[in-house]
Amino acid sequence: MSRLPDARRCQEWAEEMLSYALAAGAQAAEILVRDASELEVKVRLGEPELVKDAGSRALGLRVLRDHRVAVAYTSDFAPAAMRQFARESVELCELAEPDPLADLPERHEMAREVPDLDLWDETAPSLDAARALRLARQGEQAALQLDRRVTNSDGAVMGRVMGATAFASSAGFSGGYRGTNLSLVVTPVCDDADGKKRNGYHWTSSRFASGLLEPEAVGLEAARRTLAKLGSRKIATCQVPAVFAPEAARALLGQLAAVVSGGAVWRKSSYLAAREGTAVASPLVTVVDHPLLPRAPGSRPFDGEGLAARPNVVVSEGVLRTFLCDVYSARKLGRRSTGSAGRGVGGGPQVSTSNFVLLAGKTPAADLERVPQGLYVTDLMGFGFNPVTGDWSQGANGFWIDNGSRVHPVSEVTISINFDDLWKSIDGVGDDLDTRSSVQSPTLRVSRVTVAGM
Amino acid sequence: MGDFPTGGKLFRARTANPLAGIDAVVAEKLLGEALASGGEYADLYFEFRCGADFVLEEAQVRSVGRALVVGLGVRVLRGDATGYAYTEELSAARMSEVARTAGQIAAAGRTVAPVALTRLDGSDIYPVSESSLARPGPEKLALLRRADAAARAFDARIVRVEASLSEEWREILVFTSDGRLAQDRQPMLRLGVHAVAEEGGRRQGGRSGTALRRGLELFALPGHAPEEHGREAARIALAMLHAEEAPAGPMEVVLGPGESGILLHEAVGHGLEADFNRKKTSNYTDQIGKSVASQLCTVVDDATIGHARGSVNVDDEGNPGQRNLLIENGILRGYLQDRISARHFHSEATGNGRRESFRCQPLPRMTNTFLLGGQDDPEDIIRSVRRGVYAKRFSGGQVNISNGDFVFSLTESYLIEDGKLTAPLRGVNLIGNGPEVLRQVTMVGHDFKLSEGTWTCGKDGQSVPVGVGTPTVKIARITVGGTRTP
Repeated sequence: MSRLPDARRCQEWAEEMLSYALAAGAQAAEILVRDASELEVKVRLGEPELVKDAGSRALGLRVLRDHRVAVAYTSDFAPAAMRQFARESVELCELAEPDPLADLPERHEMAREVPDLDLWDETAPSLDAARALRLARQGEQAALQLDRRVTNSDGAVMGRVMGATAFASSAGFSGGYRGTNLSLVVTPVCDDADGKKRNGYHWTSSRFASGLLEPEAVGLEAARRTLAKLGSRKIATCQVPAVFAPEAARALLGQLAAVVSGGAVWRKSSYLAAREGTAVASPLVTVVDHPLLPRAPGSRPFDGEGLAARPNVVVSEGVLRTFLCDVYSARKLGRRSTGSAGRGVGGGPQVSTSNFVLLAGKTPAADLERVPQGLYVTDLMGFGFNPVTGDWSQGANGFWIDNGSRVHPVSEVTISINFDDLWKSIDGVGDDLDTRSSVQSPTLRVSRVTVAGM
Repeated sequence: MGDFPTGGKLFRARTANPLAGIDAVVAEKLLGEALASGGEYADLYFEFRCGADFVLEEAQVRSVGRALVVGLGVRVLRGDATGYAYTEELSAARMSEVARTAGQIAAAGRTVAPVALTRLDGSDIYPVSESSLARPGPEKLALLRRADAAARAFDARIVRVEASLSEEWREILVFTSDGRLAQDRQPMLRLGVHAVAEEGGRRQGGRSGTALRRGLELFALPGHAPEEHGREAARIALAMLHAEEAPAGPMEVVLGPGESGILLHEAVGHGLEADFNRKKTSNYTDQIGKSVASQLCTVVDDATIGHARGSVNVDDEGNPGQRNLLIENGILRGYLQDRISARHFHSEATGNGRRESFRCQPLPRMTNTFLLGGQDDPEDIIRSVRRGVYAKRFSGGQVNISNGDFVFSLTESYLIEDGKLTAPLRGVNLIGNGPEVLRQVTMVGHDFKLSEGTWTCGKDGQSVPVGVGTPTVKIARITVGGTRTP
């Protein structure tokens, strides 16, 4: 029944609500409408476990009166309910205190067009539950058949999201766009000799069906990764180089995104607050936030306040070039927005990255493992990052490297280092950029971390 | 369903309750449509939620927000398979469409008719005389100002304070094809304070807060004044200003009372959720009746604690919330069940079928999960440690369900040297394995405490409010992830 999200209809709703808000006394207002349909199917041990098929739409409203801001969310699109909602939201402004910096962007800052970033796959709507179940089953089957040590499964999940986003602002912009995303993840389980269970996974994700890996390839790789964990053990506490696989490196990059956000900077919640223009990472590190990449997972033609999206070089050869700002944080810091506002229907604009990419290096990723001893990190666990101080300590799984090769899997250890030191001591950047998600990194090597184990 | 709380500034206009027209006649028709393709069981989950939030930042009310959500989720089961669909639009045509879509999971089975509905009644374990949403906004802003002022007044080194309050009123109506009709009204009120201290170029943050199923009277209760959270956030930020690098490696760890319960939640609780055990992917699979912890450990999940964040009168499958014994003196006694798993294990529902919203299918989830108090004096426990770490405040944790490996991050902790708390430590993680760490419990204090903090548990992308608790506990050996090697 998946209904097709309609960007034009969303834009009409957004413009309609904008007119109600202004009629109700708002001096400025912006409306975000999101209409999405999701299909999610799960197969476990060959049998369908879940078919979820639904559509959902909601509207987020930000209104201003005398520099007082209110933010509201509703899923009721009946015209009478929309009018009443607009009135009540404008009244809410009275509760806020005036903040001279709180305002929409200036008219000349607004986007003038909506570039087509090729985010919609025309073939995506034709995927139905039956075919999605078949693909998921093929993926899981491949994992279960690879090796008899694969004894169980957490299943295979195939998902598809089709969404339309529209935005209308009294600062002079109205636009919308559509996007699709498809994904498949397979999670096999093995029994280890010590009675422990080991699970691993592999996934593929793309805006286009044609960009997905074959289900069998996903299943086989998932099984290989899970089997490789058999025999995992702790290692002795030590200080060694750490090689972060792209998926683990992506987690590091996501944490870096949090401390280059203008919001964190003016809130004194970033250890990088006073460091613009200085070295914050190894010269091997260049990071770009790029919203305009065609077909990329985090692409957006305009930002959450209606500004034209643009690429921003955040770190260039180790030097912090700019914080990412929305309009408010830019005003707090006495500068212009970088067009980096994100916006969900549930809240006001906030700085958010689009495609946050650490550019690939020239070193073949495998060469980064050529160390006498070290830890190859496949995934990180936990919440051990203090953005105010840069203290960083996370649980890790991976492999022990001895004499340049992975000799056994490792689990139940933590790695610790100050986050500032971590970025500065990167001494290798691989050539293997992982483009599956909106935070993208190649393999990274850090010259020395503390590993806490036995 | 009656009126939902209105009045005050936020919901002055008396909107009709969007669920007012939903009755047994409507439900029985929809259940029939959901089962028309051959499903064995169906349920309807109607949800109406209104909420508001206020943020005070730099001593100014920066923004006020509100939300109104209404929707229906329809679930159809056939064997272990679930069909699920939802809608925000409660027109008759749209609800029928959703019911039929959910029913498609059951391709052409024998048709079962729904049983006539009977209302389930029980006592209300979180009665509130008036929802906070019905109170005027300025009353709530005054609470934030009190918290903010107390944090600033605590010490001149406090350079930044953010205080926030959020409130929610959720009404649910559950109809099942086996004849249950349950409803609940679930209030939630949360206050949080974040303070940043600065001195000589060093900076540290501290947080304190509370979240309970109460109205504004919460803040008049002893120990719950907003000022207390302001001061506590400031105290932690200051205490951590001079924190030292933490040691790395295995050592004795003492868990402080209350929020250390997060360790139990991660290390044990998730592994006892019945779906993982039904699928044999939990490390506790087939362990009922077996020893899984030190005999000092008795663990319960209790949805019936008055006003607690994790409590529910009824779960999201329409079963009453209850107290469930999970581990008794180290022996595993039971799992946390939802409907699918309870049928699999031929056991009774335990009231643990929960969901984030009408957009999500229910899963076995924790409510308030904790370790019961023991015999030891908390002072004796600390005194018994020659060199170790005292864990006082946690920011969160994560577990790999299939093997029990976990990580916890501490936001306030101290070195223990010769039986005394000494230096505050920074950036500490605890890492270990659930079953192993519970076998390492060697002392349990008599000072049980349920944390009243804002704990939210995530599973399969769904977040639900939970409670955690413990007495003071000594763990003989756990790996501390610090930066200082011995």
